[in-house]
Amino acid sequence: MSKNNKGELPLYEVFIRSKNGLDHKHVGSLHAADAEMALMAARDVYTRRGEGVSIWVVKSTDIVASSPEDRGSFYDPADDKLYRHPTFFELPDEVGHL
Amino acid sequence: MGVVDREFEKLEAAFQAKVEAEQRIEPKDWMPEKYRQTLIRQMSQHAHSEVVGMLPEGNWLTRAPSLKRKAILMAKIQDEGGHGLYLYSATETLGISRDQMFDQLHSGKAKYSSIFNYPTLNWADIGAIGWLVDGAAITNQIALCRCSYGPYARAMIRICKEESFHQRQGYEIMMTMAQGTEEQRDMAQDALNRWWWPTLMMFGPNDSNSAHSAQSMQWKIKRQSNDELRQKFVDATVPQAEFLNLRIPDDQLKWNEDRGHYDFGEIDWEEFRNVVKGNGLCNRERLQARVDAHEGGRWVREAALAHARKQEARKAAAAA
Repeated sequence: MSKNNKGELPLYEVFIRSKNGLDHKHVGSLHAADAEMALMAARDVYTRRGEGVSIWVVKSTDIVASSPEDRGSFYDPADDKLYRHPTFFELPDEVGHL
Repeated sequence: MGVVDREFEKLEAAFQAKVEAEQRIEPKDWMPEKYRQTLIRQMSQHAHSEVVGMLPEGNWLTRAPSLKRKAILMAKIQDEGGHGLYLYSATETLGISRDQMFDQLHSGKAKYSSIFNYPTLNWADIGAIGWLVDGAAITNQIALCRCSYGPYARAMIRICKEESFHQRQGYEIMMTMAQGTEEQRDMAQDALNRWWWPTLMMFGPNDSNSAHSAQSMQWKIKRQSNDELRQKFVDATVPQAEFLNLRIPDDQLKWNEDRGHYDFGEIDWEEFRNVVKGNGLCNRERLQARVDAHEGGRWVREAALAHARKQEARKAAAAA
């Protein structure tokens, strides 16, 4: 983060559910003094054309993220468990769709 | 060669391979510092252009000829503000703060599109801006939807969806005027005369003189060259002008059967350089309006922060 943002309003990440039945999806971020202002600004900035039925705002500093550098080792444990994929199991054609 | 250099070359090669494979680069991925700086420069300029772009149109909000036109223009200007915000937010993922970007704009260090330094003299200009300026912007932005930097590409997709309303509203204003009284038709023609060349300048210098192009193409920040995009815009726009029965102010403009494109005259690059340097008709006015708006809003930002702190303290006190 830069040092030069004294007095800058905090950054919030915005997530929007476009319609019921779908997940919230990250759409961008915005600056707001508090969560309430962030919600209203998110409505104005990200849903001017009915793009959403539900909005989440989260302070960017509250998000904990994995880092791309450890992409390899972090996901390692999944690599040697091919039997988690249905294609691992060979079945005769006669069994039909399974 | 030192270990550090070799390590760097390996990272850079892996980065370029990723770009070649059409994989997107995301904020926390390793990227060459120059890639980051190029993006910060281009994306912040793009954001500034959206924001400053509100000013020439704002001039006509109170003067629009009907309540319907006012409401539509207001919605369009609100979109431009929104586009600025999408882009600032995407640029911040590269590690520059919003305030730093504002400082660069307000101090004149960062540029914005030279087109907004031309004045909007009458209502027909609002039509011409929507049709031509937004049309040129869309041509540029469609290419950017496939930019290698994920957040920029995603912001562009969102923006492109909204821009087509802008272009259509502009063309509809031109259509109404071109089919109106003789005086209205003359206004439409006059607006086209004044906005045509500055619009063609929006695509930037010719490929042979474009300082940043080659590297940006290699990094797939840019997907098509300035001249290619300019040609695309001309080819699309000439028939639209013909439909309006308006004349594009270029004696050399004619269809070239062999190339399958329109040939067109040379841009006055001296004028372009001059406006970019800050000597356009409205450079000072635009920047001043922008600085005034930011300074004028300072007390609102401070009050909002003070309110948030007070609420926070009250909540803490109640919990204790």
